[in-house]
Amino acid sequence: MLIPALLFASVWVMVILLLSQLPLLFIGRVARRWALSLRAGVFLSGLIFAVNFFTGSVFSAIALTLRFLVLLTAFSLFFMTTSPDDLGLALDRIGAVRWLSRKWLGYPNALSFTFTTAVRLVPTLAVDAQTVVDAQRSRGLELDRGNLLRRIRNYIPILIPLLLIAIRRSLELAEALESRGFPGKEGRTSLFQLKLKRGDYAIIGISVGAIAVSIWVFLHYRVPVF
Amino acid sequence: MITLEHVSFRYASGYLALQEIDLNIQGGDFVAIMGENGAGKTTLAKHLNGLLKPSQGRVLVDGEDTRKVSVAHLARKVGLVFQNPDHLLFSETVKDEVAFGLKNFGFSPEVVEKQVGRTLEALGLAEYADTSPFLLSGGERKRVALASILASEPDYLILDEPTIGQDYQQKERLRNFILQLYSQGKAVVMITHDVEFVAESNPKVILLSKGQIVGQGSADSVLSRDEMVNRASLVKPQMSRLFGELAKHGLPRDVVDVHRARILLEDKLGEVKAPVAQNP
Repeated sequence: MLIPALLFASVWVMVILLLSQLPLLFIGRVARRWALSLRAGVFLSGLIFAVNFFTGSVFSAIALTLRFLVLLTAFSLFFMTTSPDDLGLALDRIGAVRWLSRKWLGYPNALSFTFTTAVRLVPTLAVDAQTVVDAQRSRGLELDRGNLLRRIRNYIPILIPLLLIAIRRSLELAEALESRGFPGKEGRTSLFQLKLKRGDYAIIGISVGAIAVSIWVFLHYRVPVF
Repeated sequence: MITLEHVSFRYASGYLALQEIDLNIQGGDFVAIMGENGAGKTTLAKHLNGLLKPSQGRVLVDGEDTRKVSVAHLARKVGLVFQNPDHLLFSETVKDEVAFGLKNFGFSPEVVEKQVGRTLEALGLAEYADTSPFLLSGGERKRVALASILASEPDYLILDEPTIGQDYQQKERLRNFILQLYSQGKAVVMITHDVEFVAESNPKVILLSKGQIVGQGSADSVLSRDEMVNRASLVKPQMSRLFGELAKHGLPRDVVDVHRARILLEDKLGEVKAPVAQNP
């Protein structure tokens, strides 16, 4: 999805890509959550449309806005249907990642673990942020008061506790990991073994095929914007 | 007076956290809200200063509907102290931390200084005035958080788990402090799991379970009843367990605090001793 979307800037290509994503959303049972993330993307799509409308044509503005939606949907699909744990396991199986991690951090699974942890901390941090905002509002803080400079300064009482909580949590996580023997030895086994099934090969095949076709089209034809 | 009328609250996720809560809190009240984890205690507390607005019903603070006024406006009257001090401490010194709320409420520098000094003194934090709050221990940070709310002298004080991480002497001080506040006509609402603390302080107890009020009354009437205590996933205070077992000697069951236990036991001892004394 991503590569064709980035290769072409045509309204029709985007419409086709978006339509091909819709059934996947329903198969993955994430259509509702996707709709919610769309709502968050409305502002940005508006901005993209406006910028391209004034610098280019209406059609390129529509195409680029749709491209943003295609990318948003592709990322939503991926992250809403893939658990961070599975992703981490999969990353851990890639030889290149292990090699880089060993060279760089000294342990083969440190890099994939860092990635998983980072992804997993986002929702926790969001909950903390809400609590900090509530706590400071209870002390009379009004975030939307004053001029622009004042408003930016209003965020200091939110950001400092949040940063400290994150640092403190990561130190605690490090201690907890060490007390459980992380990173262990080379050749650590995993409770869940990921296996590629027939469906996975099919998806890989379709994706590679689609990418190949779109690169071929890109090299041989000029696809009009509309 | 804070009035909750048929308050129900549903989170955006669809989870129904509060159902049909009716409650009155007025000056001079001391209320303990108890209940199992996830019973809705903190959600209820956040309704009292307008951080959360009821999905159904309404909350009135001195006659003002919380949906119609800002949290900052309500925060002057209703002080809510969060459970974890790390969610609110950010200043370089304890003094600045305590002054933050007062400055937000627009008090003059003289008043701010006077109030900060008084509050730090009252909570035994005066020696740390110029220390960074992050260098203090967990219990001390918690008291700084309390001080930062108390400094503006709210009429209603809501404390979320104030006894966690405090040693026994600090708890004793906290109890005396709360006593002082509500005898001055302020209202104190405390969310807690600490049955022993509640038994000794004798507030009005409200038991919350699955978002509903399942029992309320004086500490000795609520905490000495098995069915209520079990419903809220609590354990009876030690004194109540002792008097539960002493009931066969004609002592009342609903005793939860040392003071009343002493009076009853001394009377009983007097009865036992009297015949012995007459019979030399």
